[in-house]
Amino acid sequence: MSDDTKTETVLTRIWLEEPEPNNPFATRAAYCHGYDVYGEMLGQARWVEMLYLLMRGERPTTAQANLLEMLAVAIANPGPRDPAIHAAMCGAVGGSPAASCLMAALGVGAGHLSGSREVFLAMEAWSQCATDLDAWQRHLTTPPVATASIWPTPEHPSGFDPHGMSTASTVKQTLSCLAKISPGPLLPWLQKNLSALETFTGLPLAMSGVAAAVFTELGFTPAQGEMLHLLLRLPGAAAHALEQSQSGHKKFPFFSIELENDPAQKAMP
Amino acid sequence: MNGPELLQQSVGHLKSRMGKFFPGERTVFRGHDLHVELKDMDWIELYIFGITGRHFSPEQLRLMHAIWTHTSYPDARIWNNRVAALAGTTRSTGTLGTSAALAVSEASIYGGGILVRAIDFFIRTRKRLEIGGNLIDCIHEELNAHRGIAGYGRPLVNGDERIQPMLALAKSLELDQGPYMQLAFSIEETLLAGRWRMKMNYAALVSALGADIGLTPREFHLFMFPVFLAGMQPCFIEAAEHPEGTLFPLACADILYQGAHKRRWQAAIEMPPPIPMWNLSQATNPPNAVHHSEAEHGYHPQHPLSPVPGQTDQPGRAHP
Repeated sequence: MSDDTKTETVLTRIWLEEPEPNNPFATRAAYCHGYDVYGEMLGQARWVEMLYLLMRGERPTTAQANLLEMLAVAIANPGPRDPAIHAAMCGAVGGSPAASCLMAALGVGAGHLSGSREVFLAMEAWSQCATDLDAWQRHLTTPPVATASIWPTPEHPSGFDPHGMSTASTVKQTLSCLAKISPGPLLPWLQKNLSALETFTGLPLAMSGVAAAVFTELGFTPAQGEMLHLLLRLPGAAAHALEQSQSGHKKFPFFSIELENDPAQKAMP
Repeated sequence: MNGPELLQQSVGHLKSRMGKFFPGERTVFRGHDLHVELKDMDWIELYIFGITGRHFSPEQLRLMHAIWTHTSYPDARIWNNRVAALAGTTRSTGTLGTSAALAVSEASIYGGGILVRAIDFFIRTRKRLEIGGNLIDCIHEELNAHRGIAGYGRPLVNGDERIQPMLALAKSLELDQGPYMQLAFSIEETLLAGRWRMKMNYAALVSALGADIGLTPREFHLFMFPVFLAGMQPCFIEAAEHPEGTLFPLACADILYQGAHKRRWQAAIEMPPPIPMWNLSQATNPPNAVHHSEAEHGYHPQHPLSPVPGQTDQPGRAHP
């Protein structure tokens, strides 16, 4: 445990703050990986450049920034059918705080079905298999090993849609646009070999699989990709939550439950 | 059936054995009328019934209460508690702060992650022993796979203040002689006798007790979800009562920067990008990565459920 009299400090390679001369707790200047955020980056840097810089420690090339920005647009809103967005709306219709709506989206969107855990594992696969089709075949046809973890064992290959019949048009459009501006080898390779990969799995590529390829192509680690996927899908959650909070719960689905063990039914002759 | 047909089958409704509420009339909870058949249950009894669908003896329920109370520490320095306290100092809501703190408790070096690994190891090991396996082999394999055994490891000089009270209670309730408790102690004896010199900690103890009362890893994981909760609310309250922003404030000088030198932000870079590295070890361990060697042992000295010594997670920082 820490000594009560010791000055506690936070070590960081990301952020430097210089204090105002009259207040050690007020910031005169802040530097992100060496760049003056308020003195130079504001007005010049794009949002995605800041994201990339924060995560990777270097600013992206224009091509990399464009790729990240295009993905950010593609995954900004998975739409109200997506469980994470649905969760955010559940918060909103009851008048829950804004943060709880986004926490709901994060919690539900963290899993292995179209969520950030799926992106993490798909990125690990990209790191292992890269553009080696044989390696992909081995990976995609090997059942996952069940390990003791807070995470359930994946029930489908990461990055693929367990309920899909063919690659969704939106996924194909996204991959096509991204592959055109891709600075690296992964996305063009994915587009070229999509059919083979889908044959290995028997399932179509999902948007999470595209996101995993993009994050890997941009040099993010699986942990960074997981974070970015959570972050970049929040705009849709926020917008749909706000919309439903205005509409109210009476217009929001409540669904029906068929109870299979109703004690009242058992009591009936 | 699969694909869209499987989804189509579930559109709009849910077949459930867990429950339903009939507005203005009644509520069914796992096949029982909540307000008639279950109305006299205390909260933890209902909670564990909701998780398992099974009923537990008064002694087992008493033990479950104690598993929670013995590790609810209202210490705002502890990371998950600190989240609740930070919510207090920023004048967020108690529920948001506590919810975030509980989510944070599903950690890999303490709390949820280590508890799941501990109970899973006990269950796997007992199965192996029942079919003639050797305990030493099981321990070696676990150590090789994870560089540690979840729930074990602590300097002999440092005791875990929760072990003796919990053991005394388990003994008084005659719940201390189950097969998993015996296995937990056998593992400890083996580890102490070998070169590892690791003692059982609270995570192993409660995992063994959980397994002995019949909980599966998932049931135990869910049961333990609020295990730190009672210590969190006091942290939030105290921080909320103090002047805003005064919980562990950090001055600019307290942020020790170790990154790139100052540089100019110039026009956009048009050069071809560097080729990303495909090597997994590099991909998962960038220069500024936090290393998780302790995660394999279930340890951190600043958390009560992490009693094994190890290296700090924070690069460049001496162990507190």
